[in-house]
Amino acid sequence: MTPLRREWRRALAVARKDLLIERRAKAAFNSMAFFAGMVLLTFGFALGPDVPAGAAREGTLLQQLAPGLIWVTILFAGVLALDRSFQVEMERGGLEALRLYPGDRKAIYLGKLIANVTIMLIMEVLVCPFAGILYSLDLWGQLPGLAGVAILTTIGFAAIGTFYAALTANLRARQVLLPLLMFPVLIPVILAAVKATGLVLHGDPMGELGSWVKLLSAVDILFLTTCLLVFEYVLEE
Amino acid sequence: MAIPAVQVVGLAKRYGHNWALRGLDLTVAAGEAVALLGPNGSGKSTLLRILVTAARPTLGDVRVCGVPIADGDEVRRHVGLLSDRPPVYNELTALENLKFAAAMYGLQASESDLRDALAGVGLARASGSRVGTFSQGMGQRLSLARATLQNPDLILLDEPYNALDAEGLRLVDQLLAKVRAAGKTAILATHHIAKGLALCDRVVALRDGRLAFDGPTAQFAASPLAEEAGAWA
Repeated sequence: MTPLRREWRRALAVARKDLLIERRAKAAFNSMAFFAGMVLLTFGFALGPDVPAGAAREGTLLQQLAPGLIWVTILFAGVLALDRSFQVEMERGGLEALRLYPGDRKAIYLGKLIANVTIMLIMEVLVCPFAGILYSLDLWGQLPGLAGVAILTTIGFAAIGTFYAALTANLRARQVLLPLLMFPVLIPVILAAVKATGLVLHGDPMGELGSWVKLLSAVDILFLTTCLLVFEYVLEE
Repeated sequence: MAIPAVQVVGLAKRYGHNWALRGLDLTVAAGEAVALLGPNGSGKSTLLRILVTAARPTLGDVRVCGVPIADGDEVRRHVGLLSDRPPVYNELTALENLKFAAAMYGLQASESDLRDALAGVGLARASGSRVGTFSQGMGQRLSLARATLQNPDLILLDEPYNALDAEGLRLVDQLLAKVRAAGKTAILATHHIAKGLALCDRVVALRDGRLAFDGPTAQFAASPLAEEAGAWA
């Protein structure tokens, strides 16, 4: 077996293990779904379904703000999954055991990332239709574009999130520190995700969508490469 | 000349302002079984953590099977650790835990191999049960199967007798006997002085991070330290 293939197998083993644990415990998923549902409902009630967006814009205020509201909800809910992903390791000394397996530690990062991306995408598949119904959005007609933006955003978010979750795993105040550390770094991802989703949902007369998607892709590559290269040091004593 | 399993020169380890190890020199030949004894806080676990690359030395030179400790990945291929905190996942079954460990070690173990490994530690009937339902002793047995999965050249046992029932104690003893028969090296850190003396051929005792005794078990039993050791248990 080539070293690359061996490390890929190890990454898949970590991902499979995390997903199996989550499927059985549902610790992250239940809290994420509940949190996301509550936030979307709160925004819906607070902004109201009938408030017009303004003279120059079509649709309601809620529909115009929907891209931002949906992404804020998904990303904040995602923090719960990220926090849980290393908490599972801390419970019985598993993080140290992971560190002590021979092999490249990048496989651990990659495995955790695959699991986090999968959990978040499953949550998005549930949250987006709920938001579509609540905010009267035509999501079905824009499905390919929305799916593309969602996948790119989730990869970027989880790439940074998984890295910071490992960095803060041993800290007592990790639940406070994790969002504080990661959200400033995530500004380009959040900005590009909201803009791109808005353009997919409300139309793109100026042809700007491509630029935002390119930005998302570039940031994803940058985050993934950087985190993979420095993850080894995060797991050091 | 055979490469020693462990070679430690001038090893020191500091946590904050406290020195856990202070200039330790130690050589363990390949195939030796060493009982690592000492009171709480003497540096036993710190030494094992350094040998398994879980902690970095502050000062000194450490080699495991001839490999400098700085080459952590290569060192980890030679060492197995059995600690009193089994690193297993409660939501997974015993077999799933072992499958995961095998994949992480890069082993091509079949399911029947893993079932045999579980049977070897008396968990054949519990292989499909979730570890969360296990007693601490059963968790420790699973940890025993996991630690020996990659057949390491050097096995480190950190308080392996904690929480084990009589059958579990016998399994650890058997493991040590098997390690010795295979010509592998074992270091057993324990408060079970009698077990350490019965199963190992050499005693290394630490006190305040320094070497207090290093010699054959028979010599330790006759030394003044043996009387003091009663209080370490």
